[in-house]
Amino acid sequence: MALLEVENLHIAVGSGGKLLPVVQGVSFCVDENETLGIVGESGCGKSLTSLAIMGLLGDSTVRITGGSIRFDGMDLLTLSAPERRAIMGNRMAMIFQEPMTSLNPVYRIGDQIAESIRQHQQISRSAARDRAVELLTLVRIPNPSERVDSFPHQMSGGQRQRVMIAMALSCDPKLLIADEPTTALDVTVQKEVLELMADLQDRMGTAIVLISHDLGVIAETCDKVAVMYRGKIAEAAATADLFAELAHPYTRGLLNSIPVVDRDVEWLEAIPGRVPTLEETLTGCAFHPRCALATDFCASRAPETSQFKPNHSVQCHFAGGSTT
Amino acid sequence: MLAYTAKRLLTLIPTLLAATILVFLFVHLIPGDPAAILLGDTATPEEVAQLSAELGFDRPLWIQYFLWLGNVLQGDLGTSIFFREPVTAVIGSGAETSILLASMTMVWIIILGLPIGVLSATKHGTWIDQITSSGAMLAASVPTFWLGLYLIMIFSVTLGWFPSSGFPSLSDEGGITNLRYLILPSLTLAAPNAALIVRLVRASMLDVAREDHVRTARAKGLHPARVAIKHVFRNALIAVAAAFGFTFAALISEAVVTETVFSLPGIGRLVVQSILRRDYPVIQGVILVIVVLYMVINLLVDLAYARLDPRVSLK
Repeated sequence: MALLEVENLHIAVGSGGKLLPVVQGVSFCVDENETLGIVGESGCGKSLTSLAIMGLLGDSTVRITGGSIRFDGMDLLTLSAPERRAIMGNRMAMIFQEPMTSLNPVYRIGDQIAESIRQHQQISRSAARDRAVELLTLVRIPNPSERVDSFPHQMSGGQRQRVMIAMALSCDPKLLIADEPTTALDVTVQKEVLELMADLQDRMGTAIVLISHDLGVIAETCDKVAVMYRGKIAEAAATADLFAELAHPYTRGLLNSIPVVDRDVEWLEAIPGRVPTLEETLTGCAFHPRCALATDFCASRAPETSQFKPNHSVQCHFAGGSTT
Repeated sequence: MLAYTAKRLLTLIPTLLAATILVFLFVHLIPGDPAAILLGDTATPEEVAQLSAELGFDRPLWIQYFLWLGNVLQGDLGTSIFFREPVTAVIGSGAETSILLASMTMVWIIILGLPIGVLSATKHGTWIDQITSSGAMLAASVPTFWLGLYLIMIFSVTLGWFPSSGFPSLSDEGGITNLRYLILPSLTLAAPNAALIVRLVRASMLDVAREDHVRTARAKGLHPARVAIKHVFRNALIAVAAAFGFTFAALISEAVVTETVFSLPGIGRLVVQSILRRDYPVIQGVILVIVVLYMVINLLVDLAYARLDPRVSLK
């Protein structure tokens, strides 16, 4: 059994008395020591999916309307709030997109890491502090025994993201959810942070769900990929299989819109149009208004998930050359 | 921190000097001759002129100022025209009441304003929030004198729980229980300011609650109450601390009304009476003491601000 199994997850946002579906029937699973990449444009529902897994959807406006999330043998959606909190930051941890603002500005970073440890383990203040120094060493913060007393504003963005990683790893989580962990960082720092995560995964066997809009990052770091479009998984496969043969026109569009240095092109190929807003109701395939291959059939009937190749699923009428 | 404090204290000196000039000029702008008021309606112009000369009011204003300033620097605020006593002694007699009143008011503001603000923010959108928010709105808009009179009517006249006016010193008979005389006045004085703090705490906590680091705190699996206090409230406190300086300024002006309504022998009432009596030395003395106090409080607020927010560097 996989460590994390998300099945037929539905999430809706309340707006003006109506519930607008944002995530519609997303399913995937992640094994121990495996990295799943979820890729898609802004607003495709990838962040909400990750927050739902973590249990951070919060208050009234966003709501899980269906499906199940199983983690380590537990059905997360049926747990009580205290049971859920016992898992958060402990067996499952998360790092966020904005390292500059994700740390509390008024507390020393050592105290913030220690808070996470002492929330889940019965250890003394000084032992937690020692552990914080250890973790800072692990994420390669120079001078960890001094930096443990630094305030967040005394560190750079890259360093803060390392602190976030240290905090997330403080209780040896089985699953690490990283929501755009490198988006706000310089390219060189990006690479260092991604390498650090991969390295830590090798050492600890942590499963990682990496959310990104950057196919390059996904290709480099993930074992398998799920491409999301407007709340659904358009295509999912092992990374190598996916890039060997792209089955969904949206994935192809994403890849074509990345500039390639050694190819001289006048114009980058962009996907025409934009992601339809939540208020717009669409019949058929959600991608058909932007798809070059779309026919009347695509506009009238939504494609089911089909097996394009073994372990390579896709939601497109044209995948594999058929229109059924 | 020490160097910063010393530097701030030094910069107080020119500000204080400017304040003495303003205080002196404003007081002398009050129409009416103190000598004439002191002698009453039946005095002849000659008598008035003679007393004016005795009190030194016939000299040029700038000479009066420097004489006064010279004395002030030696700790002598002059002699009250009305009481014929040193101004320091006159102020001293009102100080006990005013200091106790201000302290009790601050205690009310803190024990009412902060918790109700936190409650209002953590339960925002619920009926609890609606009740506390509209209660705060009401308390902030009610005029001090009106609230004071109503509290007297309800708690002194009808229920007979607290005395309605006056304040015997703590050293008089009754000792510490004499503080009950100050309960209604301090509540009157605290109400609008506590309401301000409630609204400020609520607004800043709702602001902070949307920040990314609060999501990080929740992701640690912390109990919501711990997130609210240790992360949200602690950051919201930075904005609230800044407001305490203004609150103090508001307290001073509202204290004048409150002390009058409750006939308290405090400094606020002393100012009002001294203005009516054209008792220049007392008015100048009291205003100067208030200015100094205000500056010190604001310095303390600044220092507290730096303690609360490590991003503020004291250089």
